[in-house]
Amino acid sequence: MRCGGRAARPAWTGCWWGEDVVKPAPFRYLRPTSLDEALDALATLGDEAKPIAGGQSLVPMLNFRLARPGVLIDLGRIPALTGVHRTDGSLRIGAMTRQRVLELDQDIADRLPVLRAALRHVGHVQIRTRGTIGGSLAHADAAAELPALALALDATVEVASVAGTRTVAAADLFLGPWTTCLAPDELLTRVDVPLAWQRAAIVELARRHGDFALAGVVGARRPATTDDAGIRLVGFGVGWTPVRLTEAEAALAAGGSAEVVADAAAAGIDPIDDIHADAAWRRDGLRALVTRIADQLGVAA
Amino acid sequence: MNDLEPVDALDIELRVNGSAVRRRVPVRRLLSDLLRDDLSLTGTHVGCEHGVCGACTVLLDGQPIRSCLQLAVTADGCEVTTVEGITPADGSLSPLQAAFRDAHGLQCGFCTPGFLMTLVAADPAEHPTDGSIDALLSGNLCRCTGYQNIRTAVRRAWGRDDEGNASAGSDTPLGSGTSSGSGAS
Repeated sequence: MRCGGRAARPAWTGCWWGEDVVKPAPFRYLRPTSLDEALDALATLGDEAKPIAGGQSLVPMLNFRLARPGVLIDLGRIPALTGVHRTDGSLRIGAMTRQRVLELDQDIADRLPVLRAALRHVGHVQIRTRGTIGGSLAHADAAAELPALALALDATVEVASVAGTRTVAAADLFLGPWTTCLAPDELLTRVDVPLAWQRAAIVELARRHGDFALAGVVGARRPATTDDAGIRLVGFGVGWTPVRLTEAEAALAAGGSAEVVADAAAAGIDPIDDIHADAAWRRDGLRALVTRIADQLGVAA
Repeated sequence: MNDLEPVDALDIELRVNGSAVRRRVPVRRLLSDLLRDDLSLTGTHVGCEHGVCGACTVLLDGQPIRSCLQLAVTADGCEVTTVEGITPADGSLSPLQAAFRDAHGLQCGFCTPGFLMTLVAADPAEHPTDGSIDALLSGNLCRCTGYQNIRTAVRRAWGRDDEGNASAGSDTPLGSGTSSGSGAS
């Protein structure tokens, strides 16, 4: 590295690590202005390329040099990826819609209050200004709120590539930690959230407001049908993906006691030990949270 | 930039504290480094450089962001406001800054620009209680004050008394707008 600095720069800002102050490892940058351009670039560049949405998870990884993509494809200048289409039955949210925009949208808060509640747990306001809903789902952090919410609300995502588009249920999207079923040449372009839910709620335990959840639960309820009791319980921060607590759902639908529902929930997870909390702590936390969620859904437990 | 041709550097234009800035920047330059090292706006502090500490908070088109998590090229065409932009040109303190001084809301001062930029963009109506002020401030770390005096400074700046209630006869709450012009307070 070279240290010199231009003469015009005040001496006290003369840096000690070279004039070209950078954190990330070298990459090249592409800024498509249409979805077709972005998909063409992904198809051409393949594994070398990495799409960047809001960058609130990717840029830290770039700064640490944990991620070293050859080319960043910036999705921030593609109008078709932004905005919310509202129908009576669903919200169709463009993948690049900023989390803060969704949080402040009163109409969305009226139709789907749990989305605002969940967003308020996503990082801090400075993160949500830039963070996007599609980026959060594609990043697939097991401790993140939005993937768990998508799973609990039976959301689907639209995925595009040069070969066409396909629809993927949230239940099929998350394969493992930070891993989705998207192929390297595919982009997550839209999230469709059904509005059939009568009640939904989110609770989580974290050291500090805005930190990743050490344990969290999203719950939702809608009228039962012949093959669906209409209750969803999804744990996050308690495994390698957001995890649907199907046995606890069944116990709750059957009118089980709080103890029975909590036992079923705790049996349905395989939490990790880490520096923040051990598995037993996370399991205890989940038991308490499931009981709280059942209460908020108006289902006796 | 050329369509579908990845580049190493890009010519960008943005407005910083009301002034037009044109620069050719390496695409991997962070906005925080552009501000500090290219523009010598060293009021924006960099602490953790991975989005946790909040010291580098600036406004992008009026909204608070982490400048360490923003590539400078992605701020192309945007309006950026740093702590220099909310400080009166005559060197005095804006009311929010004065509240920090008066309430002893800082000691070493390293985190202070980040707190100020978070607060200057905040809507007091969105944070009616101490709990919601704490949630707002949770995105900025301070290792000196223990936060109590920062919360007191916010209450005073927003026209609340030291128990967090609206003060009788208080003026319009401060910090409810985003001043983007240089020298605006």
